[in-house]
Amino acid sequence: MRNYVNERTTLAGYIFISPWLFGFFAFMLIPVLMSLYYSFTSYNLISQSFFIGLDNYKEILVDDSRFWNSLKVTFLYTFTALPLRLSFALLLAVLFNQGRKFVGFYRTLFYVPSLIGGSVAISVVWRQLFGYSGAMNDILIGMGLLENPIGFIGNPQTSIWTLVLLAAWQFGSPMLIFLAGLKQIPIRLYESAAIDGANWWQKFFHITIPMLTPVIFFNVVMQTIRLFMMFTQAYIITEGGPIDSTMVYVLYLFKQAFQYSSMGYASALAWILLVILSIMTFLIFKSSKYWVFYENEEGGI
Amino acid sequence: MKVSTTNRLKSIIYHVCILTLGLMMFYPVLWMIASSFKTHANALSPTLIPDQFLIENYIQGWQGFGDLTFATFFKNSFIIATTATIGQVMLSAMTAYGFGRIEFKGRNFWFSIMIITLLFPRQVVMIPQYLMFNQLGWINSFKPLILPKFTPLPFFVFLMVQFVRGLPIELDEAARIDGCGVYSIFFKIILPNIKPALITAAIFSFYWTWQDFFTPLLYIQSTELYPVSLALSLFADPQAVTNWGAMFGMATLSLMPIFIIFIFFQRYLVEGIATSGLKG
Repeated sequence: MRNYVNERTTLAGYIFISPWLFGFFAFMLIPVLMSLYYSFTSYNLISQSFFIGLDNYKEILVDDSRFWNSLKVTFLYTFTALPLRLSFALLLAVLFNQGRKFVGFYRTLFYVPSLIGGSVAISVVWRQLFGYSGAMNDILIGMGLLENPIGFIGNPQTSIWTLVLLAAWQFGSPMLIFLAGLKQIPIRLYESAAIDGANWWQKFFHITIPMLTPVIFFNVVMQTIRLFMMFTQAYIITEGGPIDSTMVYVLYLFKQAFQYSSMGYASALAWILLVILSIMTFLIFKSSKYWVFYENEEGGI
Repeated sequence: MKVSTTNRLKSIIYHVCILTLGLMMFYPVLWMIASSFKTHANALSPTLIPDQFLIENYIQGWQGFGDLTFATFFKNSFIIATTATIGQVMLSAMTAYGFGRIEFKGRNFWFSIMIITLLFPRQVVMIPQYLMFNQLGWINSFKPLILPKFTPLPFFVFLMVQFVRGLPIELDEAARIDGCGVYSIFFKIILPNIKPALITAAIFSFYWTWQDFFTPLLYIQSTELYPVSLALSLFADPQAVTNWGAMFGMATLSLMPIFIIFIFFQRYLVEGIATSGLKG
């Protein structure tokens, strides 16, 4: 009864997954292919569009210094925010995995920032908090760490770091995933290490981290992509500025498409983004065999 | 005796550290709430205790701009977020049943395609989608905000498939003996039994639609159609803001639905995140 495949179940199967199939074709595959086509045209919503071959790509890669800048900014943002967010998440997950009182409450509490961190409200608050007359300056001056107020948002040296800080603040969901991962590590590993006289650090680096690598891997993949796609915060807090110091990739793409109406050019940017993301994901997956440890590997499946 | 004293000391240090960290972390949120009650002169000061409790900030903020109050923007957000949530959750559940329970040709192929699309950022398709909706005459309406949500979200499907596969197959077999077909099993057996996953998905779906700023920014032009996120960004325009208290007040209100739902349903979120991340 369990494994029967026939025409009737096949039909039923396709009926049930049809909403997804429709969404996949209508909102993903067809648009992606359309944007590939547009990327070879001069489409701009106003004048007639022409097929211009690889000109958009050539212009982006050769002449567009703002593109290269946005790439640089996005990489800087992603790869500083990623380790910060994940190490924070891991640190707190370890702290909350000790079976003490209130850990359930703490875990829930520390999850909150990641729920609201992408909202307009928090972006607005962040802008005022780090503005020239904002609270952060008063606090730092009050603590004697600063002599004169800095416009953290308006200074090209510091603006990106306010966004990185906001990203690090949203460590909630990787923290929960780490916690679930920690709970799955068999106690007996720690017990036998304790018998061998291992201290806390040895247990952490020789048991916890290796056993957690599949979860770390999952978090790295998901968070890298998420950070790479950042938009709202840069749009509201810094508006990409000053002097493009926070002009992240998606914001630049958005500006090309909807402020300069260069749809063809922006489509080429979108495709370059897709290629970059695919390469990054591929590299992370490829690298995983060197550092991700799967428990059933030794025994063979 | 000595051991228990050190243990107690350790435990105190632990809780003090966590609470200090928590206070630092919540400072921006608490500051926002405190500042929404402060007087204008004091609005940006770092203190968490407002100099006065000015409810007027909220009354003034609620006036919105033009002749549109925040009541309109909240109503818009509620319409968009609730319809989108219902559509997304129901259709995700259907798909999850298809992938999780029914054996059919091509299932593994389509399922792996879906897993790949989990990693696919939707910003990549925003231009062709915009042009498509433009052609259809959907710009400046709720349609581009709601209708694309009437498709399953791979993340939810994945979450629900985990759940569906966790249900004992005997349930289906018993139902089949009672005369249930493949369709009534979905409604009578699967749906009632995956309620926790449905709730988790519904909360996330509501949250993401509620907070979404990108989509309305692209598609909504008339102020009377603004959802809260868009209205707040306009309301808080750094060139135009004169009333900080009102701005913080509206920012606080915009997060209220999130907080209220969280207080009642946090268990589902915390557990939902944990399962989605692990059983991959």
